[in-house]
Amino acid sequence: MTADFYYGIEVVLNGLMAGVLYALVALGFVLIFKASGIFNYAQGVMALFSALTLVGIMNGQIPFAHLINSIFGTHIHHFGWHVPAVLAILLTAGVMVLLAWCVQRFIFRHLVNQEPIILFMATIGLAYFMEGFGDLMWNSEIKKLDVGIPQGGSFWIEDMTSGLGGDAFYGFFIDQLDIVAAIVAIILVIILVAFSQYTKQGRAMRAVADDHQAALSVGISLNFIWVLVWSLAGFVALVAGIMWGAKSGVQFSLSLIALKALPVLMLGGFTSIPGAIVGGLIVGVGEKLFEFLIGAPFLGGATENWFAYMLALVFLVFRPQGLFGEKIIERV
Amino acid sequence: MFYREAGDFKTSYAKDSQTFPIKFDRWRYYLVLAVAFLVIPFIINDYWANAVFLPFLIYAIAAIGLNILTGYAGQVSLGTGGFMAVGAYATYKLTTAFPDINIAIHIFLAGGITAAVVTLFGLPSLRIKGFYLAVATLAAQFFLVWLFNKVSWFYNYSASGQINMPEREVFGVLVTGPNTQAWATYLFCLVFVVFAGVVARNMTRGSLGRRWMSIRDMDIAAEIIGVNPLTAKLSAFAISGFFVGISGALFFSVYLGAVEVGEAFGINKSFLVLFMIIIGGLGSIFGSFAGAAFMVLLPVLLKNVLVGGMGWDTALAAHLEFVIVGALIIIFLIAEPHGLAQLWRVAKEKLRLWPFPH
Amino acid sequence: MKKLATATVAAIMCGAPVMADLVFPSLSYRTGPYAAGGIPFADGYADYMTLLNERDGGIGGVMTRILECETGYNTEKGVECYEATKGEGSLVYQPLSTGITYQLIPRATADGIPLHTMGYGRTSAKNGAVFSNVFNYPANYWDGASIAVNHLLDENSGSLSGKKIALVYHNSAYGKEPIRTLEGLSEKHGFDLTTIAVDHPGQEQKSQWLQIRRERPDYVLMWGWGVMNQVAIQEAANIRFPMENFIGVWWSGSENDVLPAGQAANGYKSLNLHGTGKDYPIYADIQKYVIDAGKAAGAGDQIGTVLYSRGMYAAMLAAEAVEKAQSIHGVMDITPAQMRDGMEALSITNAILAENGMPGFGPEFDVSCENHGGPGLGFVQQWDASAKQWNLITDLIASDKDVIMPLVEADSAAFAAESGITPGCS
Repeated sequence: MTADFYYGIEVVLNGLMAGVLYALVALGFVLIFKASGIFNYAQGVMALFSALTLVGIMNGQIPFAHLINSIFGTHIHHFGWHVPAVLAILLTAGVMVLLAWCVQRFIFRHLVNQEPIILFMATIGLAYFMEGFGDLMWNSEIKKLDVGIPQGGSFWIEDMTSGLGGDAFYGFFIDQLDIVAAIVAIILVIILVAFSQYTKQGRAMRAVADDHQAALSVGISLNFIWVLVWSLAGFVALVAGIMWGAKSGVQFSLSLIALKALPVLMLGGFTSIPGAIVGGLIVGVGEKLFEFLIGAPFLGGATENWFAYMLALVFLVFRPQGLFGEKIIERV
Repeated sequence: MFYREAGDFKTSYAKDSQTFPIKFDRWRYYLVLAVAFLVIPFIINDYWANAVFLPFLIYAIAAIGLNILTGYAGQVSLGTGGFMAVGAYATYKLTTAFPDINIAIHIFLAGGITAAVVTLFGLPSLRIKGFYLAVATLAAQFFLVWLFNKVSWFYNYSASGQINMPEREVFGVLVTGPNTQAWATYLFCLVFVVFAGVVARNMTRGSLGRRWMSIRDMDIAAEIIGVNPLTAKLSAFAISGFFVGISGALFFSVYLGAVEVGEAFGINKSFLVLFMIIIGGLGSIFGSFAGAAFMVLLPVLLKNVLVGGMGWDTALAAHLEFVIVGALIIIFLIAEPHGLAQLWRVAKEKLRLWPFPH
Repeated sequence: MKKLATATVAAIMCGAPVMADLVFPSLSYRTGPYAAGGIPFADGYADYMTLLNERDGGIGGVMTRILECETGYNTEKGVECYEATKGEGSLVYQPLSTGITYQLIPRATADGIPLHTMGYGRTSAKNGAVFSNVFNYPANYWDGASIAVNHLLDENSGSLSGKKIALVYHNSAYGKEPIRTLEGLSEKHGFDLTTIAVDHPGQEQKSQWLQIRRERPDYVLMWGWGVMNQVAIQEAANIRFPMENFIGVWWSGSENDVLPAGQAANGYKSLNLHGTGKDYPIYADIQKYVIDAGKAAGAGDQIGTVLYSRGMYAAMLAAEAVEKAQSIHGVMDITPAQMRDGMEALSITNAILAENGMPGFGPEFDVSCENHGGPGLGFVQQWDASAKQWNLITDLIASDKDVIMPLVEADSAAFAAESGITPGCS
């Protein structure tokens, strides 16, 4: 076997890993869309906001310090303590639940029964709001996020496989962060599936996803379910925020990862959790492989941004509801 | 009292089907046009032209274009930024290749080219619907931006990949480039806006518009009563593309004068124009104007109040601006999900009965 | 509309005190994707001007005034800011974004206001015969590319033939700038050049770095900005690319870029236009007159960082140009046109740098109509992760004018032809 073949495999492996990260973001979209029919554009900003909150709590930053300083002329910035990562993650999860409650109480309760595009629009408003709010609360400089996840290539794998493809092959490169992310994603999916299959709240959630009115009539509280799914989405956003934030530091661009999740959703279908995972993997592998085989050698590179969308577009022409989406039945 | 049909007798078919059937509306419309053409050009200065009026007028054209596609024909598009880029680059290539031909003609041609490109990307709409289509149009957005960035033919092989608008005249008056007068650029854009508004308004209340709306409301039912979805959808894409192309062309040639595709026509632009039509009102030409005005004026107003008026530091003001814009979008949607146009409609209904509501 | 009009009028009334002053607009970006880079620069620029007011009573007895306007790195907001501030007698614009620079080049030239695009913007603005109002001293991107290559030449005792150099660049106008220069240099010195594009924003660069890992270039150069820098440095560390062979341009070499990668970023190099660190006498003055007086522009935590130094350096060059203009024209409250003359006659010597408390901070240079771009000199700095600071590891390195000047001539001639300018120095 030539080195190029093994490099191809390496690209596929890394594509799978990247796909898991995309799927993590897409999961949040699916949860909310399934339960409430809201296409939540703010998911990316939620990831940013949760990561900012996590770092802020860990470093003992005082929220709104800048605002307070400029109103009262004070010079505060830190409480001066450091919170251990685990506790900070729990606190952040609490903040996300609070956020979910606010979103439900102040926005979507007033928008029940509106058209999907109006709901979509409201989430864009929410995205704007949280973007400004997050910056006001925690400032906009780049923050280092360190919750103890290992980073860097896995040298063990690299050394073990370096003999495979002759001298020109240096062994498979796999980022440890990606491995951790994959494991976390798998655990997360298992928890989500178990939650929705075996708990009362989970079953109620699925009932709501199936039919709002029927669920209401058997006594399920829609309000509670919606707060629940927004909290879950917030929690997924936190996990995604940690994984991406560990790589690049926590900063504004984190909110743009939502754009990476959209083709995943198209491929997998807006309503399917396994769809998000499989779609993520397909997009991850597809775009990396395209860049490796065609993009970089022939098209001058940087094709990843549009390739995922094109792939999804072509795919949808053949299957308009996505891979695992519910079949669209239209009646007159 | 003064706003009602009573007493305004229509004695011919032409009168019966005029755009504004109520006399008061008609006069108001003439008054707005008169102010826009005869008053504003004399008092406008550089700041008002470049910071307020030009973006407002140009975005209004884009919003009309998108409103035709999304508001009337029901096809959600997130590719507006990429489509505006097509208009901009088409103008640039045309005007550098044929510098002697009037720029206004080039802008119309650019609109035509954009219409062709948009129609091409509209083809999947025959299969894909709803949010799936919205996300699919993002493919156009990202691909077009990448293409204009990558292929150096589009920017005449310049070292940096930026395109710069040379100076061009209409009737001996400069309309592009740095040495223009505020009134000239303003009037130039205004002519296009009025053209777009009149054409769109008449198209949407004619048979074409009805076909679009029937597709929007339920495409299968529309097909059954004899509307051809192929021509109806693609014509919506083409006509929408034409307006969006013109707005992209003006955006580049008159307003900015130099653009870099990724920055000027990125995904944010697509969202911005979509905000405009939703805030303004889907399926309403007036709504396109109202939405464009809202999204262009609000940030400028907030900035001037927060930084200039209250003396806050700029970073804080910019963050607050985000918070306020976001909150206002949400408040608007809760108060009136059908946009500013619906508020206007309700106001008109009230006015009709005023002062005797019962 | 009426409300807006009143608000704007009110804003303009409040913002324009009657006394004469020297207005320096600062088109900053403290929000948006590049906020982390915009904040320290804006702070440095403002703090230096405050220092001049507090310590010296302004420049030549006239107070300076910073007019800050938030652009968020957005071209349209930049235009709004320019239109809003140009009427207040703004002396010189620092657009701080490639997009806004290209916007302002024709506008500012038409309005007779000079632009200073220090180490960014349109590279061929070096040719002052075409770009009468645009200055990009002390160095530009093409100088940067050449300085990096010259540094590598020094390290390889004068020969790069057969070496492989990869350029990782932001896929935009800015990132594409160095390609032509590097192509020219690769012909001249016989190294292989691979260009690898990273699309905006650059959060995901696995493909690019796997390609680098496969091809094993000897050196990697980077033209990155924003999140692209942090991710690239992290990915380079992940594939165990030797950090000392990884060189970024001056916009890829701030504390923000290396800190998120932690210890792994140790040894990363970048170019710089000026000195770094707090070992300059001026910081004592800034501490005394600005920070302790509670007049710092930002939170005061950015002092001594690379981008803060850059803002300060830009402010110092602007202030020197004002002094020059004052002495040429014999008036203290100068106009933008006089400022332009001052910038064109600017002469920076070591004595002036030392006098300003920044000995050896930047190169000595003279600006002339033919050369608006300065000498094209730059430092190379290296990151020390344990001490968390940048150290200059070279003296000023010169760029290869044989390769750059023809490119400047060609590009500025193209611009002159496109916009109908007759090149010439008056």
